[in-house]
Amino acid sequence: MSSIAMPEPNADILARAPHIVAALEAALPAGAVISSPEETRAYECDALTAYRCPPLAVVLPRTTEEVAVAMRICHVWSVPVVPRGAGTSLAGGALPTADSVVIGTMRLRDTLEIDTANRFIRVQTGVTNLSVSAELEAEGFFYAPDPSSQLACTIAGNIAMNSGGAHCLKYGVTTNNLLGVRMVMATGDIIEIGGPLLGTPGLDLLGLICGSEGQLAIVTEATLRIVPKPEGARPMLIGFDSAETAGECVARIIRSGLLPVAIEYMDDVCLRAVEAFVKAGYPNCAAVLIVEVEGSEAEIDHQIERIRSIAEELDPVEFRSSRTAEESLAIWKGRKSAFGAMGRLGDYLCLDGTVPVSRLPHTLKRIGELSKEYGLEVANVFHAGDGNMHPLILFNANAPGELERAEAFGADILRLCVDVGGCLTGEHGVGIEKRDLMTKQYTAEDMAIQMEIKDVFDPGWLLNPAKVFPLELSQAHRDAAARCP
Amino acid sequence: MPMRSNDSETDLAATVISPTNEAELAGFIAESYARTAPMCVVGGGTRLQPGTVAAAQTLTSRSLSGIVTYEPGALTLIARSGTPMEEIEAALASEQQAFAFEPMDHRVVLRVTGAPTVGGMVAGNVSGPRRVNAGACRDHLLGVRFVDGRGRIIKNGGRVMKNVTGLDLSKLLCGSHGTLGVLTEVALKTLPAAETQQTIAFHGISVGDATEIFARALATPYEVSGAAFRSGTAWLRIEGFSAQVDYRRERLSTLFRDRELEIVGEADSRNLWRGLRDLHHFSASSEPLWRILVKPSDAPAVVAALHALGGEVSLDWGGGLIWFQGSASGSAVRRAAGMGQAMLLRRGALCDCGSFPPEEPAIAQLSAALRRTFDPAGILNPGLMDK
Ligand SMILES: Cc1cc2nc3c(=O)[nH]c(=O)nc-3n(C[C@H](O)[C@H](O)[C@@H](O)COP(=O)(O)OP(=O)(O)OC[C@H]3O[C@@H](n4cnc5c(N)ncnc54)[C@H](O)[C@@H]3O)c2cc1C
Ligand SMILES: Cc1cc2nc3c(=O)[nH]c(=O)nc-3n(C[C@H](O)[C@H](O)[C@H](O)COP(=O)(O)OP(=O)(O)OC[C@H]3O[C@@H](n4cnc5c(N)ncnc54)[C@H](O)[C@@H]3O)c2cc1C
Repeated sequence: MSSIAMPEPNADILARAPHIVAALEAALPAGAVISSPEETRAYECDALTAYRCPPLAVVLPRTTEEVAVAMRICHVWSVPVVPRGAGTSLAGGALPTADSVVIGTMRLRDTLEIDTANRFIRVQTGVTNLSVSAELEAEGFFYAPDPSSQLACTIAGNIAMNSGGAHCLKYGVTTNNLLGVRMVMATGDIIEIGGPLLGTPGLDLLGLICGSEGQLAIVTEATLRIVPKPEGARPMLIGFDSAETAGECVARIIRSGLLPVAIEYMDDVCLRAVEAFVKAGYPNCAAVLIVEVEGSEAEIDHQIERIRSIAEELDPVEFRSSRTAEESLAIWKGRKSAFGAMGRLGDYLCLDGTVPVSRLPHTLKRIGELSKEYGLEVANVFHAGDGNMHPLILFNANAPGELERAEAFGADILRLCVDVGGCLTGEHGVGIEKRDLMTKQYTAEDMAIQMEIKDVFDPGWLLNPAKVFPLELSQAHRDAAARCP
Repeated sequence: MPMRSNDSETDLAATVISPTNEAELAGFIAESYARTAPMCVVGGGTRLQPGTVAAAQTLTSRSLSGIVTYEPGALTLIARSGTPMEEIEAALASEQQAFAFEPMDHRVVLRVTGAPTVGGMVAGNVSGPRRVNAGACRDHLLGVRFVDGRGRIIKNGGRVMKNVTGLDLSKLLCGSHGTLGVLTEVALKTLPAAETQQTIAFHGISVGDATEIFARALATPYEVSGAAFRSGTAWLRIEGFSAQVDYRRERLSTLFRDRELEIVGEADSRNLWRGLRDLHHFSASSEPLWRILVKPSDAPAVVAALHALGGEVSLDWGGGLIWFQGSASGSAVRRAAGMGQAMLLRRGALCDCGSFPPEEPAIAQLSAALRRTFDPAGILNPGLMDK
């Protein structure tokens, strides 16, 4: 097993487990509560599979009111609650403990309102990210944040992790597209913040909820901003024989006044894996950029020409722009299958740090050096336009000690991100994975005020209590919460 | 020690404290916390009207000034909170960049002088016409440093666009109007300034027509970056590189070919939107001025209710923002706003009503608890947001 500790389960709660389950079952419809070990096993981890622990029970409500009923019971019995969407978090955000109840919101799947005149959609948060855009397809609109996991992940998880994807360079991440939420507080009370208006004059509570990793409330409904679909979009592929030059090209494109919708980066390790897997026809070189631009045909041509002249000053190995839908698919194909392709090479740890775009070349170089020091290969595939890096550290999970080595390497990379002015996580969140690195980015006081905010929303520290904040720092808050129920 | 003086520009009665660095500021607030001595927090003081906050001391961030870093290639600017907006706008302009959210300048409409600061802009979440498609100030705020009501120096966020490291206090501080902490440094995202712009004007139309035009235009892919209305004219702004602007203007003109329209060229368009942004049309009066957020499709009904109270309106944000100038009572304006949120910006003779709209009890409770967390002694702009 690996190095991240979780608190000892509370013996009192374990002893009272049958009563807690009975109370949940009595208050909720048949089939909403799962407690047999065979069934709870499916909820023992999220996409960070190195850590597993089945919860005491899983509740799968269908309405906000049912979430509130379940939450209230957990509140009365002081049982920790782990909110869960689709469980695709890569930071262990939805990892349960033996004394906790998982409240999964994936059955809250209704579309409540589509209003194109006022440009919003209101949904229950268990809908998947992709299905929101599918609902809007016929209206000529879409929902912009597009995490790579969008087929599976839910709006609930997106809000909790402030998720974003390849297109956030132009359209922003979840927090820039979220207008309002309905949510269940740790007491079981239901409240609404925001709505279809473009802001609220009071304190920006919505901004605080978004990205709060299930620490403050359980989000059950969301009002999302929707955007008209562009007339067209086309990618281009630019190959370079050095990582530095590719990084330089990114900075020059951004500086030129153009605003591509996506700038994606893949290094040679990743390119080789992708070629072996899907034969995308990518050039054999040190780094490839995929740049996508939007607009009418003429606007697209204009932008492609400008990017071509920027790239050509840097002597690219290849510059290929798409002319047809098939060519566009071919350019994106390798990028979209990159994670799958890497998976075929063995186990990997997917990191998620951000750095200022200007420090990309330096950071890539230093990661290469660390890779040699640790003797572990690393592949880089990431959203270059906004400096959100995803180094994938390859290791062999069956070789004793390799996971720990990979984790130590990963921690060094994240520290490097902070040292060059970036941060520990751009989109995957802190969860349990980066909890103990928080002290690298924040002082004790920076974190104290964040934990005091948790005290305000969740005085009993029931929601995801052992996540995000280093355990020794949150200990006093958790102890105080335990003393005054 | 911080400089103390009587500064007639800001407030006649108050002692003005103007710390020159973060440590000095923290020391002053810690000391005020110990004494439970409230303060009025200002940047350039172009906004807070005297008497809004009952405090014998005024704290200004204006001496915490200067751009810390500006990286045009990374689209990031970090500045100390007291930096004048003029200095920042000049730096951005020299690189053909700007803040996409187009912050307004309130001096004309408020008839005040002084230098608006970047900290005041962030504390007010000030966002102009382009908010309709580019987002608000809070959407472009990457990180903050501030001193809370106990004198603790705190940082949050950073200088990168994507960040989920812990709770997002930057958003919370943005729009908190100095009630949670005093900002010392802000990091903002910049964007390339549009090469050119044009505007399509529709004359002689009603508010209902205008909101319909806005809804149709904003549902197109032509990235309309301004949608405003006043005195029977609606305007749609298109920005980008020249060929793009010509193309989009053509498409929009075709879409609205059943209506009479006029094209406003680049120079006039720029002037027009500056005037709309800064509310030059409401600068001749000193009557109360309200900023009302509504669902755009509710705008016609709300405008009708406001007209019944007397006074004048203009619309921005595609109908999502109604400006109302008139002497009706606060409660009458808030009733007319219906589901909308009305905020009082120019007080005029109104003395009995708070600037901020009342909140739902559950929200008010959370907000109050947060203010207590950041400012346990209630010394930062007391009464401003919690009336
Ligand atoms: C008519 C009018 C309309 C306005 N419209 C809007 C609007 O639409 N949206 C909006 O959000 N704001 C609006 N504002 C306010 C906005 O705050 C100002 O434009 C701001 O940029 C002026 O800067 P300043 O330095 O003069 O701020 P000041 O007038 O000094 O302060 C403005 C606010 O910010 C706070 N503040 C200033 N500096 C700091 C700091 N360093 N740390 C913490 N708090 C600080 C103050 O306490 C005050 O609440 C409006 C103001 C006026 C007068
Ligand atoms: C292959 C792959 C690719 C990915 N690509 C991206 C990407 O491009 N961009 C990106 O941002 N992320 C990406 N992710 C990470 C992940 O998909 C996102 O974080 C996603 O938003 C999680 O959604 P979920 O529904 O699976 O949430 P879960 O994993 O179930 O939960 C995530 C967190 O949210 C909390 N939570 C869940 N539901 C609620 C609720 N109702 N109320 C409050 N809190 C709640 C949980 O407690 C947990 O902390 C990727 C993951 C994988 C496996």
